[in-house]
Amino acid sequence: MEQELQVQRKREAETKQESTIPARVFLPVTDIFETEDALTLKLEMPGVAKDRVDVRVENDILTIEGRMDFGAYESLRPLYTEYNVGNFARTFQLSSKIEQERISAALKDGVMTLVLPKIERAKPRKIQVS
Amino acid sequence: MAASFSSPFEEIFALQRALDARHESDWFGSSTAGAGAFPPINIFQKDGDFVAIVELPGVDKVDLQIEAKESTVRISGRKEIGLEQSASVHRRERAHGAFDRTFSLPIQINSDAIRADFVDGVLTLTIPRAESQKPRNIKIG
Repeated sequence: MEQELQVQRKREAETKQESTIPARVFLPVTDIFETEDALTLKLEMPGVAKDRVDVRVENDILTIEGRMDFGAYESLRPLYTEYNVGNFARTFQLSSKIEQERISAALKDGVMTLVLPKIERAKPRKIQVS
Repeated sequence: MAASFSSPFEEIFALQRALDARHESDWFGSSTAGAGAFPPINIFQKDGDFVAIVELPGVDKVDLQIEAKESTVRISGRKEIGLEQSASVHRRERAHGAFDRTFSLPIQINSDAIRADFVDGVLTLTIPRAESQKPRNIKIG
């Protein structure tokens, strides 16, 4: 029997700073997995266009922000709603094993993929026994 | 301006009305015939047409099927999250699997004229009313 998809409630981000934009901010649902050479982050940000995403690294903190274009909703009158719409934001602490200059990001079908390459000496290696 | 202050009772009544509207809304009601409640759907009205907006992040367009008949719309498909075999997982929040949801609208729709757009993981269905449901001007003879 195949696993059936369940609705995931959106978690709202708890920010320490006050926001200047009157919109809700949600935490994008995230998968993180590690391979030999890199860490990959996948964040779900449905409805966020490529030019409305901000990815930056500052003081070893990786911040991803996606802003919704609410303009599309302006002429619409809600009749029945099951989910809330808002901006997305999430931050991650980077370890010293990540090569920050080579972080790459791609956005497809509302999923942001970030590849965080590991620095050379953090990669696993085999040690020969002499 | 006379209405520059709001009455606390008015606020409570507004809340009560909103709750009642939600309970009594015949949108979907007990008519949701699909297997699950995924994906969540928002329905809007736009110039007499209906607009259903569905969040489906990470679903490939080719894995998505939309069918419409009379007054029901069915959205089904599957969501894959490709994971490399060699990868070790640190955090797993995204769900994957199959979904199938059918909803009926309380009016007749023109199922041939439904437009579907899938952009940035969001499916927008523009659902026009059936010709027979449109208001008509009646001339006085």
